[in-house]
Amino acid sequence: MTDINGEQPLLIAEGVTKWYGRQLGCRNVSLELYEGEVMAVVGESGSGKTTLLQLLSAQMEATSGRVLYRMRDGATRDLATLGEAERRFLARTDWGYVHQDATLGLRMTVSAGANVGERLMAVGWRHYGRIRGAATNWLNRVEIDPARIDHPPRTYSGGMRQRLQIARNLVTQPRLVLMDEPTGGLDVSVQARLLDLLRGLVADLKLSAVVVTHDLAVARLLSHRIMVMKGGEVIETGLTDRVLDDPCQPYTQLLVASILPP
Amino acid sequence: MPVALELSGVSKSFTMHLQGGVRLSVVADVAFAVGAGECVVLDGPSGVGKSSVLKMIFGSYRCDRGQILVRRGTQRADIASVAPRRILALRKDTIGYVSQFLRAVPRVPTIDVVAEPLVLNGAPRDAARKSATELLRRLNIPAALWGLPPATFSGGEQQRVNVARGLLPDLPLLLLDEPTASLDAANCAVVTDLIAEKKRRGTAIVAVVHDPKVRNDIADRIVDLTRFATAA
Repeated sequence: MTDINGEQPLLIAEGVTKWYGRQLGCRNVSLELYEGEVMAVVGESGSGKTTLLQLLSAQMEATSGRVLYRMRDGATRDLATLGEAERRFLARTDWGYVHQDATLGLRMTVSAGANVGERLMAVGWRHYGRIRGAATNWLNRVEIDPARIDHPPRTYSGGMRQRLQIARNLVTQPRLVLMDEPTGGLDVSVQARLLDLLRGLVADLKLSAVVVTHDLAVARLLSHRIMVMKGGEVIETGLTDRVLDDPCQPYTQLLVASILPP
Repeated sequence: MPVALELSGVSKSFTMHLQGGVRLSVVADVAFAVGAGECVVLDGPSGVGKSSVLKMIFGSYRCDRGQILVRRGTQRADIASVAPRRILALRKDTIGYVSQFLRAVPRVPTIDVVAEPLVLNGAPRDAARKSATELLRRLNIPAALWGLPPATFSGGEQQRVNVARGLLPDLPLLLLDEPTASLDAANCAVVTDLIAEKKRRGTAIVAVVHDPKVRNDIADRIVDLTRFATAA
């Protein structure tokens, strides 16, 4: 498990499998993610990408296999052995989860400031002024006008909601962020802005991230490594530019060949 | 002259599954070495595998067989077999690559495109930008363009931005794929000078260059890939 530099992975999946009754979610997925590393999971709809993300974040229990996470104290723990309270604490502090549909990741009727501040209160912040200061700071970082801090996200555009969701997730300085199609459903200029922002934040904060996407351009821009899934299984994995420039598997070649040049 | 890069028995083929599984064999048993401060130019007709060999050294193409040993300090790493993480680390501090075309990120200004490799290596952003502007100036990119993303620049301007980005960090091994293809004579001369400076500082260089003048100016040795080509 120890890598050449003596570093240990932050997240490990070992032979993770999920069946929904007789329907396969994903089968025998293994991965290791190190600090500061971004992995993209690509594949068509129904290939098991989102299932995998939910297993990695302990939102769902695997049928077999296990997921291990290196806690802040340095101990690597099997997520299945954590108590519910411990798991929830991780989810609220050390992890971020960015949904494709921002309404799932935000509380739509409370203010933007409260959306960001809520995660801070979960880790014990009580001072109103400091919470508001941190929220303002994060709105700035994700390029939302702080004058909108008291407006609820239902008054925001799709791109702003997605940026607010990112601010809400990153305010507690998580070490691991899982993103499910973070740019899906946004028009291209908004996508470009969001990608540029994500790219900067991931590098500045040295985040580890797993990004599920069906957009190979997003994968190329954000990730160091790629995992290609088909029918619930990982069929090809490697360095991002190697998988995209020299794909080996028939399905990966098809994916790469199917991109329309602009 | 210490060896910076050594290829032996390097072979590459492509299997095109979308074309009924046709197997294209490109090169077999490629072997050559490059010393510090030396520039090797890869030669051979179009399609012989020059860019493929560069990409295998950079790690963006898989190497089917053989070894690609890159010196990093006192150690040597085999690009053909090391883990992806290791290749990324080598790209940060050991291997530089100037591709034929600039892959620009939307919204990122030219100056940051060029400065990025230094920033990723931990340099303060201001210092990295300052070094970037010096190089952009030498490559005759007007200051008015530095704040703009290069996506809309001319072919020659984009290529110079790409060259600046690739040459800015001081790395022991540099791979150049047609760095002057769309440049005029004056800018070709600038690039030639920059390459000569790199060599004096001990950088090992592998280049693909068609322009006879540039090739003459930079090459210490020519490696003809035709002798490693497999009968297709």
